[in-house]
Amino acid sequence: MKHFTNRYIFIFSAVMVIIVATILSMAATLLKPQQEKNLEVEKKKSMLESINIPADRNNAEGLYSKYIKESRVIDSKGEEKKGIDAFTVEMKVEQKKAPADQSLAIFFATTDDGEKVIILPLEGKGLWGPIYGFISLKSDMNTVFGVTFDHKGETPGLGAEINTTAFESQFKGQKIFEDGRFVSVKVLKSNEKPIENHSVDAISGGTITSKGLEKMLFDCLLKYEDYLKKNAK
Amino acid sequence: MSTNEKEPIFSARNLKLFTAPLSSENPITVQVLGICSALAVTVKMKPAIVMALSVMIVTAISNLVIAAMREYIPDRIRIIVQLVVIATMVIIVDQLLKAYAFDVSKQLSVFVGLIITNCILMGRLEAFAMANKPWPSFIDGLGNGAGYGIILIIVSFFRELLGSGSVFGYPVLQKLGVYSTHYENNGMMILPPMALILVGGIIWFHRSRNRNLIEK
Repeated sequence: MKHFTNRYIFIFSAVMVIIVATILSMAATLLKPQQEKNLEVEKKKSMLESINIPADRNNAEGLYSKYIKESRVIDSKGEEKKGIDAFTVEMKVEQKKAPADQSLAIFFATTDDGEKVIILPLEGKGLWGPIYGFISLKSDMNTVFGVTFDHKGETPGLGAEINTTAFESQFKGQKIFEDGRFVSVKVLKSNEKPIENHSVDAISGGTITSKGLEKMLFDCLLKYEDYLKKNAK
Repeated sequence: MSTNEKEPIFSARNLKLFTAPLSSENPITVQVLGICSALAVTVKMKPAIVMALSVMIVTAISNLVIAAMREYIPDRIRIIVQLVVIATMVIIVDQLLKAYAFDVSKQLSVFVGLIITNCILMGRLEAFAMANKPWPSFIDGLGNGAGYGIILIIVSFFRELLGSGSVFGYPVLQKLGVYSTHYENNGMMILPPMALILVGGIIWFHRSRNRNLIEK
């Protein structure tokens, strides 16, 4: 084995690191537009799924412009904020701000039956990482029309089950207010007593994800409480 | 080994470098490397094939790069250098998948990143690329990636067929009308333990066909 001086080793490492950094930053910059486009399509697709319209990556853009025509940004008091595109508002970023400064996105959709629904974004924590999704409410601003959830890396077969239709469909028809009081929808284990109109079954083996999802629903919907009460029909 | 010695690109020796890892030196069933990812990404065939291709590309190119600079890599930091090369390749593959195969990259999620820790890569770099010329190392990388891929594809074929009733996303069993005979998909197939049992089954089959592999 050839002997290398310390000086050589330091220079070798420095040069290697610089070359690698250049290659990686180039790759990241060049591929960024395409990746962002993918995320945008993905977001549109989830929104469509939350109003029970199955979409895939190819038709998501078209269906989105067909069904989801309007969007609005409000503050925590339910007043409209002008000059912000709701699509660019990220719940994850907003949650870090003080409640009074938060911008909240609302999307308005009309289904094929003429049902007017609103779509609200959700963002919370699962067991291993973020979980997120959308919930759509009927025009009474109370009844759940549909939900869609997704996750970054929950345990396959356990927590990851939150994005299955079997779990998501339980939410349809649940209510988030009881006599004008905000109660959200609880995710309960089998030994807990179900609450009529306000609970769904948790995923067995996915307790922490299920509870994280319950907290996500509560926290995110609570931000919209004023708006929902004002606009209920 | 003389550096002037010319050897045809696809000499018998080089071809053997590619074919040996497919069977008699298979990284999964014989060397028992890279098992963890083999369990994780074999629920469906499509992610398994993408994972196989990714590993093939990463092993081949990092083998090539390491072999090309093997004379210049200081012995004392060689493991770090190997890891840097592997990590760079993996990040590039991950970025490419995110840009051009978004759905698959979502399914593979963390496992693309975990190629970095796949023992096959470090194993081949240490055992082969550090001591051989770039071209044979490249072939060796391709071969080992392919050997890993073959097992992934076999395992995912059975897991998808028996667990989800489809092959490559196509609902075969439904089309054949098997469900009308009260047949049900085996949910166990989708869970990781079944992959371990299948890999075990493949190793058993492999050894029963190839007596040389049985330890004395």
